[in-house]
Amino acid sequence: MDNRGIDFGFGFLKQEASFDMQFTLLDYDGQDSYAWAYVVALLNTLLVSFLGIIFCTILGVIIGVARLSQNFLIRNSAAWYVEFFRNIPLLLQIFFWYYAALRALPLPETAEPWFGVTYMTIKGYYIPSMIWENLNVFLSCLIAAIVSIIFIRIYARKLQEREGKQLPVFYISIGLLIILPLLSFLIGGVKLDFELPVLKQLAQTSFIFEGGIALPPELIALVVALSLYTSTFVAECVRAGIQGISKGQKEAAASVGLNPNQILKLVIMPQALRIIIPPTTNQYLNLTKNSSLAAAIAYPDLVLVFAGTALMQTGKAIEIVGITMLTYLTISLSIAALMNWYNKRIEIKEK
Amino acid sequence: MFKHLKQLTSLVAMIAVVFAFTTEAMAKKSKTLKNTQKKGFVRCGVSQGLPGFSNADASGNWTGIDVDVCRAVAAAVLGDANKVKFTPLSAKERFTALTSGEIDILSRNTTWTLSRDADIGLTFVGVNFYDGQGFMVRKSSGITSTGQFKDGISACTNIGTTTELNMRDFFNSKGIKYEPVAFEKADEVVAAYDAGRCDTYTTDKSGLAAQRTKMKNPDEHIVLPETISKEPLGPVVRQGDAVWEDIVRWSLNTMIEAEEYGITSANADSMKTSDNPAIKRLVGAEGEMGAAFGLDNEWNLRIIKQVGNYGESYKRNIADTGILPDRGPNQLWTKGGILYVPPAR
Repeated sequence: MDNRGIDFGFGFLKQEASFDMQFTLLDYDGQDSYAWAYVVALLNTLLVSFLGIIFCTILGVIIGVARLSQNFLIRNSAAWYVEFFRNIPLLLQIFFWYYAALRALPLPETAEPWFGVTYMTIKGYYIPSMIWENLNVFLSCLIAAIVSIIFIRIYARKLQEREGKQLPVFYISIGLLIILPLLSFLIGGVKLDFELPVLKQLAQTSFIFEGGIALPPELIALVVALSLYTSTFVAECVRAGIQGISKGQKEAAASVGLNPNQILKLVIMPQALRIIIPPTTNQYLNLTKNSSLAAAIAYPDLVLVFAGTALMQTGKAIEIVGITMLTYLTISLSIAALMNWYNKRIEIKEK
Repeated sequence: MFKHLKQLTSLVAMIAVVFAFTTEAMAKKSKTLKNTQKKGFVRCGVSQGLPGFSNADASGNWTGIDVDVCRAVAAAVLGDANKVKFTPLSAKERFTALTSGEIDILSRNTTWTLSRDADIGLTFVGVNFYDGQGFMVRKSSGITSTGQFKDGISACTNIGTTTELNMRDFFNSKGIKYEPVAFEKADEVVAAYDAGRCDTYTTDKSGLAAQRTKMKNPDEHIVLPETISKEPLGPVVRQGDAVWEDIVRWSLNTMIEAEEYGITSANADSMKTSDNPAIKRLVGAEGEMGAAFGLDNEWNLRIIKQVGNYGESYKRNIADTGILPDRGPNQLWTKGGILYVPPAR
């Protein structure tokens, strides 16, 4: 490297980044350091991965179950969905959702409101933002509700083991989740206001919404593309898991008097999950790594901002690519560790 | 008097030794030049498609003023302007490609700045286009000057360029809140701006003029008159090979000086019998102008004959294609521009 006139070192992390980012979760300004730009960009990557994992799981389970439906139409639509979305390269899908959306979405001045107060436009999805008063009181009520639900569940399990009685845990939980936060509004002095997006004119034909929260189209396109693509693989994992349980299990459960709901919850799912979890973990890892394709559509993720702009401005290719690789490795290993822990918890315990 | 003689002789001896080493090192051929002549082609990094600067046509022929710099070097060191291997690079890849030795010249509308020159292991050899950053907007917006920009404006641009930093400086100094939307490739920026994602598109003015020709409807867009930065664009080489650096620098200088003296690809041969010694030096008819580089004496004549002078290159690539018919600052210093190169002597 000396030969090439390159010096190695991490001192640049303290320097002023001097570029701006379009979308950040934490406060960031060009005066902040490269190290802070890294943190902010990393959070953007984690946000997209987190949203993608949530949506692909929900969608994947629905499609996976739909593929086993008795209904011809539902079963075949689900199969077509899977074959279509998993066989087109992801980058193409990202481009499709981004540019198709850009072409199809209205300009801010012609946008019709969705649900009365939100606006889907070419410049982003504008939603009202919440303005809280005494937010900490509300949050502590919410935490109290969750803690008491955990205790009630433990108590209910013990009660059932001891006396065979079943408590309606589900309804009690829902009730607590609604009543406690509600009380904080009535007694705790918590107030919630909404700030609505308002149209503002920048120039003769150029408009924008102000106020509220703006979700950039880059984020939306990326989450949609990643979720649709990965959900097909999750759906196949779910289908495989359910089909992996022999029919005899279901019939045996029915013969001891469990109702269909209980059969699914107590007999089928615990066994199916053991088959579903390991391959699904792989899909979560893939989704996280694929999120780096964000660079193609200007979503400021780790690769675009840190391994892109920061690398260009500093010229520290080896250091920055090294840090970026280590970061993805750490994220992937963390997800894998979390899923392995969950897998351990639900796996068969032989006595 | 004789007291100091011994010291004097040792000083003379030392100077002689140092001088011997230096001349020996100078006489050694440039490593990059040797490799280039062995391979038989010049390895040149260019853009992924910027009309007028470096752009490939349907059959893969590269044209543009950045391309011509590489062709000039090929004509000088290999005798054939076509012996160039072009590598299209994104803004992000370009410096790594050069420092890692994948290419030997980076001629890709690259802005010469202090930090790039000093930090990254690169050396800028000159300026082949004086540019400045500007803004493009839709005509229908009614905006005719950057003074009409308001809070909330969204600006599309490329990542990894000085553009991103200038944009921030500009909006900050005006106190305008803006939304930067930065893409990796120029084509993506144009597509997003054209679709209406951004209110303005900002990059070097030459780039704006070139990209405007690629839009769905070029007449609907205008480039605002303000220039917010200095962008001297020029070829770059790796640090550490001074002779190669000189070859590239003087290949570019030859093209510019040839225009100054009115030497063109058509009349270059007849200029050998000129009365002006400066002209004769530029066409290899007088002096030993190639020896210091390890080249023959007609290296500069070949550049002028095969590639043409700077004015020809500008006309062919930028003026005749309708990108920037007016040469502006890129006119010779004798004609009101700022193109001024050291004399070849």
